[in-house]
Amino acid sequence: MADITAPRARRIGPINLRLWLPLFWIALVIAAALFAPLIAPHDPLEQDLMLERLPPWFVAGTEPGYWLGTDSLGRDVLSRMIFGARIALIVSFTAALAACLVGTTLGLIAGFFGGWWDRVISRLVDIWMAFPPVLFAVLLVAVLGTGLGSVILAIAVIDWTRFARVIRAETMVQARMDYVDSARIGGAHRMTTLISEILPNVLPSVIALLTLEMGIAVIVEAILSFVNLSISSDDPTWGAMIAEGRGAIHFAWWVLLFPLIALFLTVLSFSTLGEGLKRHFDPVLQ
Amino acid sequence: MSALFSVRDLRLSFPDRAHKPLFGPAPRNEVLKGFSLDIPEGRITGIVGESGSGKSTFGRVLVRLLEPDSGQVLFDGQEIGHLDEAALRPLRRDLQMIFQDPMSSLNPRHRVWRIISQPMKRYGRGGTKADAIAALEKVGLPPTFAERYPHELSGGQRQRVGIARAIALEPRFILADEIVSGLDVSSQAQVLSLLKTLARDMGLTVAFISHDLSVIRHLCDHVIVLNHGEIVDHGPVVEVFEAPKSEITKTLLSAIPLPELDDDWFDEA
Repeated sequence: MADITAPRARRIGPINLRLWLPLFWIALVIAAALFAPLIAPHDPLEQDLMLERLPPWFVAGTEPGYWLGTDSLGRDVLSRMIFGARIALIVSFTAALAACLVGTTLGLIAGFFGGWWDRVISRLVDIWMAFPPVLFAVLLVAVLGTGLGSVILAIAVIDWTRFARVIRAETMVQARMDYVDSARIGGAHRMTTLISEILPNVLPSVIALLTLEMGIAVIVEAILSFVNLSISSDDPTWGAMIAEGRGAIHFAWWVLLFPLIALFLTVLSFSTLGEGLKRHFDPVLQ
Repeated sequence: MSALFSVRDLRLSFPDRAHKPLFGPAPRNEVLKGFSLDIPEGRITGIVGESGSGKSTFGRVLVRLLEPDSGQVLFDGQEIGHLDEAALRPLRRDLQMIFQDPMSSLNPRHRVWRIISQPMKRYGRGGTKADAIAALEKVGLPPTFAERYPHELSGGQRQRVGIARAIALEPRFILADEIVSGLDVSSQAQVLSLLKTLARDMGLTVAFISHDLSVIRHLCDHVIVLNHGEIVDHGPVVEVFEAPKSEITKTLLSAIPLPELDDDWFDEA
């Protein structure tokens, strides 16, 4: 009998990079968000019209200390980005988690119990998905009023369907496996079977979707900020910075570019992390 | 010798969705066409038939994974054919099953000890890791296997885990549904001889579903031959094999690849 207790060789190359590169960037953003007052070189709200539209450090004619330049009101772009990371992360974590909890629960129930449960939940998802998501978000925030809570609620209310649909399909596949009948033979209740037998098998998909959703939440928050429907304009957000930078792109491109890069890298990291984590924690794929 | 199961006029049909009219219900496909038989206690009963003959469906009615349309299923004198899940749960300890494909019947996310011990815990028959290891030893697997995941085992080892899970509850009846069809020949022999030994030692009643008459001949005491949902032959193995009553049985018998086998061919393995 072959010895299979020996530790497996660790996989190196693309699989590992897919996990660690996004993890590195997200850790950086989290650190920036947590310690924003300590590491930001300037007050993000401090205006200084004498220092307006300073270019970043590698362009001639800059002032030392303003690494990524200043916007048209003389506010430090780097400091505003660091504080903007707070809003981006709070929204992405809480909104994605809320959408995940609602969607996964409904998806599991529809996929496992079938019948009327499935019919009601699936039709609800169909109707929900027929609304254009961004318009829906704008409408919701307009009704609920701006603010952090409404943005989070709007994203969760819109995006639970993504979880419900995928997890329902996964659950239906798993429910046909013999281990579900085995659990029944072993005297398990239906609910026990769903939670302790099926859920562990759909969990990798839940995690992949969750991180993907975190990236989407960052984008939706940025869109809402862009159309000035997110948080009060006192709090710097990436979306609002991009909106401001858009107007000044011909003479101060850095105000647009740097928040855009941060947004892009964060969203990319979240979506790549999902696949990386799925592979990392899957005992079968490992 | 008493009957553990008495089945009377058992009928079961599935809706045939392929021929469903646009409106109205789908026509029904009769899988079990009203048969009656007894399964003797403490013996191994073989159930044979070609694919589509209804043998797996019949097995799943016995352990009540399926509910029959009509007819009686008496288990130890108690009618279980139409009990609901809550009423069945206390009985399930005595109605265990070993599945055809252990890769699918063992949850890939659970370690072996957890797979074996969970049903034990539910029926108050222990359920610690030590209990699981004891069950593993009964099927000839070392204690180190308790910490493994199913995908880390070979096909024969997985099927032993499936057997360990079933016998850990000390049931009265085990349904073995094509349990060796996915294994290579030497693993087949080992798993079959293990099942035979355990059944004898524990006084189990076993229903052994197979399409392979040479396996049935050496393992079983009784045999039931099914064809298109009807019983075409039944009785003690010796009688049925020596004097088959139906053409179906004769055809199946003539399909045995090695008709003259040493009687102990798998006991030696």
